[in-house]
Amino acid sequence: MGLRTFIAGWPVYRQLTGTDPLGRGVAAQSGRSAGLTARTETADRVARSVCPYCAVGCGQRVYVSDDRVTQIEGDPDSPISRGRLCPKGSASKSLVTSPLRQTTVRYRRPYSTDWEDLDLDTALDMIADRLLAAREQTWEDVDSEGRPLHRTLGISSLGGATLDNEENYLIKKLFTAMGALQIENQARI
Amino acid sequence: MAEAHPVGFQWVMEAKRRGAKVFHVDPRFTRTSAVADTYLPIRAGTDIALLGGVVRYILDNELDFREYVLAYTNAATIVSEQFADTEDGDGLFSGYDPHTDSYVQTSWQYAGHEQDSGSGHTAKERDGAAGLQHESHGAQVSGQTARDETLQHPRCVYQILRRHFARYTPEMVERVCGIPREKFLELARAWAENSGRERTGALVYSVGWTQHSVGVQYIRTGAIIQLLLGNMGRPGGGILALRGHASIQGSTDIPTLFNLLPGYLPMPHHADHPTFDDWVDSIRHPGQKGFWGNARAYAASLLKAYWGDAATPENDFCYDHLPRMTGDHGTYQQVLNMIDGKIKGYFLLGQNPAVGSAHGRAQRLGMANLDWLVVRDLFMIESATFWKNGPEVATGEIVPQECRTEVFFLPAASHVEKEGTFTQTQRLLQWREKAVEPPGDARSELWFFYHLGRRLREKLAGSAHRRDRALLDLAWDYPTHGPLAEPSAEAVLREINGYDVSTGRPLASFAEAKDDGSTAVGCWIYSGVYADGVNQAARRRSRHEQDWVAAEWGWAWPANRRTLYNRASADPQGRPWSERKKYVWWDPQAGEWTGYDVPDFERTKPPTYRPPQGASGPAALAGDDPFVMQGDGKGWLYAPSGVLDGPLPTHYEPAESPMRNPLYGQQANPTRKVYAHPVNSVNPSPPQEHSAVFPYVFTVSRLTEHHTAGAMSRTVSPLAELQPEMFVEVSPELAAEAGLTHLGWAHLISGRAVIEAKVLVTDRLTPLRVDGRVIHQLWLPYHFGYEGLVTGDSANDLFGITLDPNVLIQESKVGTCDILPGRRPTGPPLRDLVDDYRRRAGIVPGERPPTVTTRVRRPAGRSGDGPREKGADHA
Repeated sequence: MGLRTFIAGWPVYRQLTGTDPLGRGVAAQSGRSAGLTARTETADRVARSVCPYCAVGCGQRVYVSDDRVTQIEGDPDSPISRGRLCPKGSASKSLVTSPLRQTTVRYRRPYSTDWEDLDLDTALDMIADRLLAAREQTWEDVDSEGRPLHRTLGISSLGGATLDNEENYLIKKLFTAMGALQIENQARI
Repeated sequence: MAEAHPVGFQWVMEAKRRGAKVFHVDPRFTRTSAVADTYLPIRAGTDIALLGGVVRYILDNELDFREYVLAYTNAATIVSEQFADTEDGDGLFSGYDPHTDSYVQTSWQYAGHEQDSGSGHTAKERDGAAGLQHESHGAQVSGQTARDETLQHPRCVYQILRRHFARYTPEMVERVCGIPREKFLELARAWAENSGRERTGALVYSVGWTQHSVGVQYIRTGAIIQLLLGNMGRPGGGILALRGHASIQGSTDIPTLFNLLPGYLPMPHHADHPTFDDWVDSIRHPGQKGFWGNARAYAASLLKAYWGDAATPENDFCYDHLPRMTGDHGTYQQVLNMIDGKIKGYFLLGQNPAVGSAHGRAQRLGMANLDWLVVRDLFMIESATFWKNGPEVATGEIVPQECRTEVFFLPAASHVEKEGTFTQTQRLLQWREKAVEPPGDARSELWFFYHLGRRLREKLAGSAHRRDRALLDLAWDYPTHGPLAEPSAEAVLREINGYDVSTGRPLASFAEAKDDGSTAVGCWIYSGVYADGVNQAARRRSRHEQDWVAAEWGWAWPANRRTLYNRASADPQGRPWSERKKYVWWDPQAGEWTGYDVPDFERTKPPTYRPPQGASGPAALAGDDPFVMQGDGKGWLYAPSGVLDGPLPTHYEPAESPMRNPLYGQQANPTRKVYAHPVNSVNPSPPQEHSAVFPYVFTVSRLTEHHTAGAMSRTVSPLAELQPEMFVEVSPELAAEAGLTHLGWAHLISGRAVIEAKVLVTDRLTPLRVDGRVIHQLWLPYHFGYEGLVTGDSANDLFGITLDPNVLIQESKVGTCDILPGRRPTGPPLRDLVDDYRRRAGIVPGERPPTVTTRVRRPAGRSGDGPREKGADHA
């Protein structure tokens, strides 16, 4: 290392002579940090997304490497958010990668004191059977004057405000065809 | 707004930088207050008194934007001579039916339309939450209306408004809200001055306005001010609802709500809509003005999207497949029915009622009395573990070995693990790309419901039961892709947009919907989102590459309009009100409306157009009727129908209040929805006795770092670390009165529950001097529960169940309670403490509080300080 390189590598010298008089940027950068690359630059792909918390609708860019989410940042192109995210939006990556996330089906038998495992396909089948049974037990074809009711009041549902329009569309369509009327979501609350 | 919608708040700060004055009204001083020009602390539940004061100030000083008001509102319209105001009824309007606690609206109608407009008796509408239908359009008015353009007729809306709000003086505002009159006048003056051709003002609210037993009328009062000042349909104006969930607007538009079908079409009622024609005519009101005249096409096209080839004009498009309402089937009625054993199974889809809904104990007891429960969530939430970890297990009310509910927990895909659209708070749809596959068994709701439907249909194949026809006829053939057989969200969006059945061509707009079965449209107001076969919601042209309206970022319903009713941004002749506030205007050379936004008006209808005699539908709207979804094309200062608790807003006290209503003998909303169920109760309020047992007012809201019931934040370590504990904020004065210590423990007691919290003594809350006495308010975050990284008692456990009559939203922004130092009891003694309070307060299980509390008519001219009922006050 020559003297010139040595002096140029000295932060105070860089601060006094360079473009960073306050010493909060490049002047204070170590050799190691100068060689680092942001995760966002090496990502395999970027998905354009929207924050899942409140309804402001801030734009998000979801960075993916090796099929895993490595970073979520505000989308600077968005006319709504101009690249900003709040504390919750900034924590989105921690949300989707949280170790607390449940990734397997859990099942609690009646009168049981604990959970047990259940195969997803079996769970879906059991739920379908219970739906059909509940309909059969509580079905109302017509009212006392013979006018159509075509419904069950034995089935309820709550949720949807955190879901997509396409999902809510299928939820409402299927429940309506089932005759299940008591379908509600956070918009009531 | 700075706390709960921080990134949206940057635009308030931008406006402030350009000279806008910012006023913040809140019971608690927040980050918003810190940067506002003026902060007004208010007694929770009194906003109509404050806003009514502003209405009076505008009218008394004739500060309304008269040209706008005359041309674009119903100020000049003459109201029926049968109408009697709350001024004459001590807080009740004419038409009140004490047998059903609801109004017959005949006397509220415009003169000459008593019999052909409005809804008549509204008890049924309340049970069906009919107010929600008006999210996209106004209520009906038949034919032409009588007007007095001089605004002098004693029964014109303008004069009725003057009389109605006459008693909302600055002194009354101070007496009801606890806001000093100088501060009130500063607000009223600034608001009125910031109005007219050159200036506009915006009004922003959130659930602090909606979660009340008279919440819809809060917003109505705001609408009256904004119409009087000419702030609607103009840039920088409007009433902006800040909604709290990523797609809560979408889940209202494409509703998962019992009383609605997509696009605000009502779910049919068994008695009112036995046939398709009855149903359609109740929506379109033959002869009515405006765009709902085409409702038959929207309804037929929805049924065609649902039942495909099976839906034909001959069978009324399978109309009989639709389930029928017979009354109130809302979420709170359902919970009481669960407790009563009437409901077999319950689905929770990204929702946590054990923490997030009012009266958490009722929610948990209801869930403990089901045959089965399906919980689909990212995390193991309180609503999935109530049988094991809930507070009722500690008190012995739920015993796991005796709890029969079978629980399925199915992990859900996160927002980056599926594609689809969210509709944000200003009706803007934004498509999300999928980043990664969901982990393990996690699946999207799209996957779950598509495959559940497929399986149900397989199991029912060949069934001859009439009840199974609707499932078997269902159009349910969405293409799937990938290793998980994920259904195509784009295919669903295309169906929502609508298409020509014979060619498959996506419709360009709802104007192309037909009533003959040739089009299928899943949600007519979203028609255009897939125009030209292009996913318009996926558009992402950078804000740097387009103007400030940003019309090419996402897609807004209807028709990509960013500001609704923007015809009002031009004067009656179609010219911009001013160069500064130019937005949409008539171009006489081109013979069309043009501007920065998509005009919310028929593009080639000139300002001079006058409808021919007998016209209906869109053709009946004049060229200067900007409110095109209203029955008369006018902005409604006075609502002859559509709102169930009065044509004008009136201050009522919350269902639980320590105060007698200073304005009227009628204490609380006389039409509020009350459930007389043993599990439910309302703390006594004057004129009932014993209101002093619960002497303090409490309110709840969000922390910046947490989200709703906590499932998406108490499980996320950076957020949990930032706000790790349940706490209650109290003023130094209340701390001294109740013996509370900063950072010590306290417990709060209502007639439903007792919860504990750490005490934060802070000037953010201030005692209010109200009607000659001091009212203490305390504040709680409502995010905590017993699961997750950080836990605490749930504030929503304190609330009972009382609902707004228009939309059946619960009053969960204000209640009464007591607060004591120290931790709460545990185990069975906890219920003993609640029972002791209930006994002292005279709460009888299952008993309704008195609904009508009007006094005997007093002679005119008496002040409001006259004699009251015995035991009415506890000052």
